[in-house]
Amino acid sequence: MQFGLSESQEFLKDSARKFFAGECPSAEVRRLMETETAYDAALWAKLTEQGYTGIIFSEEYGGVGLGKVELMLLMEEAGRALLPGPFFSTVVLAGSIIDAVAGAAHKAKYLAPICRGQARATVAILESNASWNLSDIQLTAANNKLTGEKLFVSDAAIADFLIVVARNGVFVVDSKAPGLKISAMSAMDLTRKLYVVEFKDAPAEHLGPTTNLQRAFDIAGAALAAELVGGMQRTLDLSVEYAKTRKQFGKPIGMFQAVQHQCADMYLETESSRSAVYYAGWALEENAPDAATAVSIAKMYASDAGRTVGNRGIQIHGGMGFTWENDIHLYYRRAKASENAFGDATFHRERIATLVIDAPATAQPAR
Amino acid sequence: MDLRLTPEETAFRDELRAWLAANAPEDWPAWREKPLEDSYPYLRAWQRKLHDGRWAAVSWPKEYGGRSATLMEQSIFWEEMARVEAPPMANSLGLGLIGPTIIACGTEAQKERFIPKILSAEEIWCQGFSEPNAGSDLAGLQTEAKLDGDHYIVNGQKVWTSYGWVGDWCELIVRTDSTAAKHKGLTALLVDMRSPGVEVRPLRQMTGESEFNELFFRDVKVPVENVLGKVNDGWNVAMSTLMYERGSYGARLQLTFNRYISRLIELARSTVRNGRPASEDPIIRQKLAQCSAEIEIMRFNQMRAFSRITATGVPGPEGSIQKIFWSELNQRLQQVAQELLGSYGQLLAGDPHAIDNGLWSYGYLRTRGNTIEAGTSEVQRNIIGHFVLGLPRSY
Repeated sequence: MQFGLSESQEFLKDSARKFFAGECPSAEVRRLMETETAYDAALWAKLTEQGYTGIIFSEEYGGVGLGKVELMLLMEEAGRALLPGPFFSTVVLAGSIIDAVAGAAHKAKYLAPICRGQARATVAILESNASWNLSDIQLTAANNKLTGEKLFVSDAAIADFLIVVARNGVFVVDSKAPGLKISAMSAMDLTRKLYVVEFKDAPAEHLGPTTNLQRAFDIAGAALAAELVGGMQRTLDLSVEYAKTRKQFGKPIGMFQAVQHQCADMYLETESSRSAVYYAGWALEENAPDAATAVSIAKMYASDAGRTVGNRGIQIHGGMGFTWENDIHLYYRRAKASENAFGDATFHRERIATLVIDAPATAQPAR
Repeated sequence: MDLRLTPEETAFRDELRAWLAANAPEDWPAWREKPLEDSYPYLRAWQRKLHDGRWAAVSWPKEYGGRSATLMEQSIFWEEMARVEAPPMANSLGLGLIGPTIIACGTEAQKERFIPKILSAEEIWCQGFSEPNAGSDLAGLQTEAKLDGDHYIVNGQKVWTSYGWVGDWCELIVRTDSTAAKHKGLTALLVDMRSPGVEVRPLRQMTGESEFNELFFRDVKVPVENVLGKVNDGWNVAMSTLMYERGSYGARLQLTFNRYISRLIELARSTVRNGRPASEDPIIRQKLAQCSAEIEIMRFNQMRAFSRITATGVPGPEGSIQKIFWSELNQRLQQVAQELLGSYGQLLAGDPHAIDNGLWSYGYLRTRGNTIEAGTSEVQRNIIGHFVLGLPRSY
């Protein structure tokens, strides 16, 4: 048994870190977040060159065919760099849903362009009730047409196509389709924009049934938890660095236990989130019987920890942490958005309760 | 990353399973309820049996009677022991902490003299570290040893000594140089608890029981050949012992916690709350799910730490994460039990209305000690701050 990363996994993580440090430094994040879509075509081309846009998908569709642990590592590094734009929406979310629900022809049509970096996409899930419970979805397609409204759709304005989760199936709508209206929402996280999408007799292509959707949601939830881990790590690093250099009462503030212990708790929460995320990645990859539980454990813990690590990080930075110029609030904003996306801690605790209390047989550890 | 057992690990597990199926006693649950004084001969006999099967100290090198088991195999060992609800071993400090320290720091003569009897539970070991005025600041300890010819004369007091009442030998940390800096004047001694001048008193703790003892040393003679490691190098010897303490405990606790949460879920199903089973109460469900998830995360952290130690060869300060995690989780778990049991949660062992014979009232009180013993949570956070994150020392 070996819970450490393999050599090739370490290599992937390390090269992703270097790539994002070079191509997506803080100044670039700040430039992009001030734009309308936070999307940059040149950066997207570089992500494609690295193979990141096809990371977990079959080579048959132009993907790289790596596993879910590798996806977690990539998302962790993307989170550390606060990568702006539609990578999560397109690759992790839309890609995983197409992969899980569509047939071969649809995969060639929609997944392959994602892998090759030619298409941006997103997924419309939430409605006015903002519930992540799939059974609360009301929108229903009739005669391959959609009429209704979806909210909180990430990166919709630069998507070439939208995947729409309806009561009676999963559909694709072309972004240039008639009867489609996309308008921006104004939300906390400036690096991943949210939109309202209105459908009025919009033509929709049936992609597949909703039966396998949960699997794609689990991949997306675990990937967001991984991204949160990267954000926590960056927040911790910034805070420790600040605590070593900022002096008050003639000493670095990191010498005071009140500050040290905040840092220690940030470390504990970050590392524990990381353990849970890596395990979830492994369980998903191996289709372990406890994969769903493992994803909920990771998303639950990282959702709470992302917020508390941010709370502590801002506090350690004192007045500096409250300024616009300090990066820490950018991570804090992302953490709040990711905390809610695909279910917050309360949502996942209830799911764990269903899996562990109501049906204990499915929740046994993999061994 | 591959969490499947290797062929070697599978073979280890299967051999152990077969041995336990043939040898593990079935009457332990009946003995578990009794005071440790009464069950102690039973536990000695069990350890002897394990030793005969070469299972008493799987982590020890083969040449000293162990199996040179990897950390993963050790983890499998504790998991299998818990699976069959095997009793603990009588000489747990000797096997877990002091034996490994003697193997690492002792002379050949000391290894030959002490190791076999640690394994067979013929000699029980205790640990004389903390003092009334030296808890977290262990290096400030005052028990002194003065060289007098071919032996030391020891005077002082130790406290919070587990197994003091049954101990034959003690790993005692004493001050041998009062002029040196406080970390540099300490020495580890192996002390015969039957030496004249050693007095053992029970220390009653807030649970009402006396798990621990106070030890008093009055002009106790200890021969110089019983110095463990080098004279005035006792701090490093003590740290090597404490590293074993923080490293291995988590693996064993995992299974205890799993037993607790399973039992709490069972109790939640049979407890009525607002006209329905508590297991259907959304708030209780949230709390049980949180505990259950944290128990799993403790397991993931442990596996990751083991893999890291296996790769680097040395247990590092990451043991502090485990110590904080399990101790604080245990307290949260006990609080959830209290909320679930309501008024019943306060009932003590022996009360006819008590649930699980007072296990939960005991646990509620006992777990307050978890964040204090084996290094307080504050000390663990200092260790993380300084040794892991590189923050300047605060004291």
